[in-house]
Amino acid sequence: MAEIALRGVRKSYGKTEVVHGVDLDIAAGELVVILGPSGCGKSTLLRMVAGLETITSGEISIGGAIVNRLEPRRRGCAMVFQNYALYPHMTVAENIGYSLKIAGLSRAERRARVGKVAASLGLTEFLERKPGQLSGGQRQRVAMGRAMIREPRVFLYDEPLSNLDARLRVAMRVEIRKLHQRLATTTLFVTHDQVEAMTLADRIVVMNKGVVEQVGTPQDVYNRPESTYVAGFIGAPGLNLLHGIADSDQGVVTLRDGQRLAFDRARWPEIGHGPVIAGFRAEGVMLAAGGLTGRFDFAEELGAAQLIHATIAGETVIAHVAGATRLAGGEPVSFAVDPAQVQLFDASTGRRLAGENGAAQPAGLDIRDFAAV
Amino acid sequence: MIERTPILDFLTHALLVLSFVALLMPMWIVFVAATHDFHTVNQVPMPLLPGGHFFENLAAAWERGNFGRVMVNSLVVALGITGGKIVIAALSAFSIVYFRYRLRMLMFWLIFITLMLPLEVRIVPTYAVAADALRPFQGMLDFAGFSVDLPEWNLLNSYSGLILPLIATATGTFLYRQFFLTVPDELTEAAKMDGAGPIRFFLEVLMPLSKTNMAALATIMFVWSWNQYLWPLLVVTDHQNYATATMQLQKIVPGPLFGEPPVWNVAMAANLIVMFPPVLVTILLQRWFVRGLIQTDK
Repeated sequence: MAEIALRGVRKSYGKTEVVHGVDLDIAAGELVVILGPSGCGKSTLLRMVAGLETITSGEISIGGAIVNRLEPRRRGCAMVFQNYALYPHMTVAENIGYSLKIAGLSRAERRARVGKVAASLGLTEFLERKPGQLSGGQRQRVAMGRAMIREPRVFLYDEPLSNLDARLRVAMRVEIRKLHQRLATTTLFVTHDQVEAMTLADRIVVMNKGVVEQVGTPQDVYNRPESTYVAGFIGAPGLNLLHGIADSDQGVVTLRDGQRLAFDRARWPEIGHGPVIAGFRAEGVMLAAGGLTGRFDFAEELGAAQLIHATIAGETVIAHVAGATRLAGGEPVSFAVDPAQVQLFDASTGRRLAGENGAAQPAGLDIRDFAAV
Repeated sequence: MIERTPILDFLTHALLVLSFVALLMPMWIVFVAATHDFHTVNQVPMPLLPGGHFFENLAAAWERGNFGRVMVNSLVVALGITGGKIVIAALSAFSIVYFRYRLRMLMFWLIFITLMLPLEVRIVPTYAVAADALRPFQGMLDFAGFSVDLPEWNLLNSYSGLILPLIATATGTFLYRQFFLTVPDELTEAAKMDGAGPIRFFLEVLMPLSKTNMAALATIMFVWSWNQYLWPLLVVTDHQNYATATMQLQKIVPGPLFGEPPVWNVAMAANLIVMFPPVLVTILLQRWFVRGLIQTDK
């Protein structure tokens, strides 16, 4: 177990800089997920921690010691790769035990430790198989075993679940979380899947174009996104964002087409008059007459609920609505938005303005409804 | 598109059978000739069915060609060249693919260009080097103005002289390079994370993975080096001790120049003896050979 600290870490390939100065502190035993779209520099950052990429400038330290110039094997990190990178010619046992063999452990000791790790991952019966004879989920577990057996100070996961099908992904997510609870090893996990990030992380680092947009707990980044980028990226669907002019006296945002969206001005005391971006969760919207009107586009069926896509003032708004609705494309639709849940962002920078919004709850439901049952 | 028409089917099959016969006919004649006695084989026309003197002829050929010694020589040389080529090719391709150093591409192209220079083209300078292996270095020292005299190191009439000059292989390097390029980078990185250094990675990951590749190369190179004729002829004057099988064959084949009797039956039997090892190697390794060249499993 070790803490990790990144100080002004930059990475350039030739003249193109892909990571623009990242500062990050990860406490010992924490599970931190780096989340971002492909090409945002998240994998590069992870690989710099692992020692597979050189650091152009800045410092990375693990357990208090700067590791910039250390070879990967001396950093005490173990890594799980997206395509697992198992040695195809070795059996599962040899794959898992390879680092021990390199470290010069005796055959008997190796077998004992491989056996223990394999048992904890449910791989015992596959020890003599080659990776080619395993399913995707089993290969994934072998890759994890190979990382675990070294008892590393830091686990690094590079999009380890992207090659698995949806059900397996959920199962492996749970296993990774359990593994972390059991071993409490400092873990850095890179993914582009916000659901993975939300469910796994102690803290999420949202990256965009080589810059850290926000660091916070899953609750933080979901409920109080620091920028419109984070707001749009986190949650399924992301935050609805509408451009307008705020009027703090009346507590309304006037949209481009003149409609008015109310917000709780007590929560946003420092808002003056001026252009803002108003955001609210799809879960905070109800279908009700007298709200924002727009044009219905289509509905995504989720089973218990629907995601209603509509165009309001030229921008797309998505509402998460329980039950089934029968609307035809182009029909007018009216959305009621809970003013307490509206949050405001600077229209020019996209940064969050000073203020608090209420946490989102499923439309029409209150915690008291559950208490009554 | 695959077409199925009776006429085309017939034509392609006819072509196949014809080529097959054309390929096998000479082999059959060699075999038949090796089974008759001296008189029958010199009849015109020669019989096309085998006779009963096969083992006699084999024994005579074995005796006359000193094959007991010569086959061992050929085997040592062929195995030496094949092994050497595989090691050198793997190492040079490893260096070209996995290390970033200056002039890396230049090195690759230098190796690649030698593909176009067969031994026959560079045989005179190669002979000069074989006659005194340190000569090029002596030349460099002289040119640089050092007056150091290196000892003379003569490779003529030795196994090293038969093997070393033929060991460098552009084909092999190229084959390995193409294979190494298909090995995913993550595998290299995983090995790095596991703590393997470059040599360990080469020996324990790359080499086992390139087994089929190696078999393909070994097949080609064994046959190639077994069949070497010009180089051994040039570098060996001590025929008693260092002659190779192909050299010896030439002595048994009746030469019209010296008015020798046309003992084709013994000559053909000798032919069969010399042909046997490469055919055996090809048969044993051909499954791997095809896999190594089409490179599907990994």
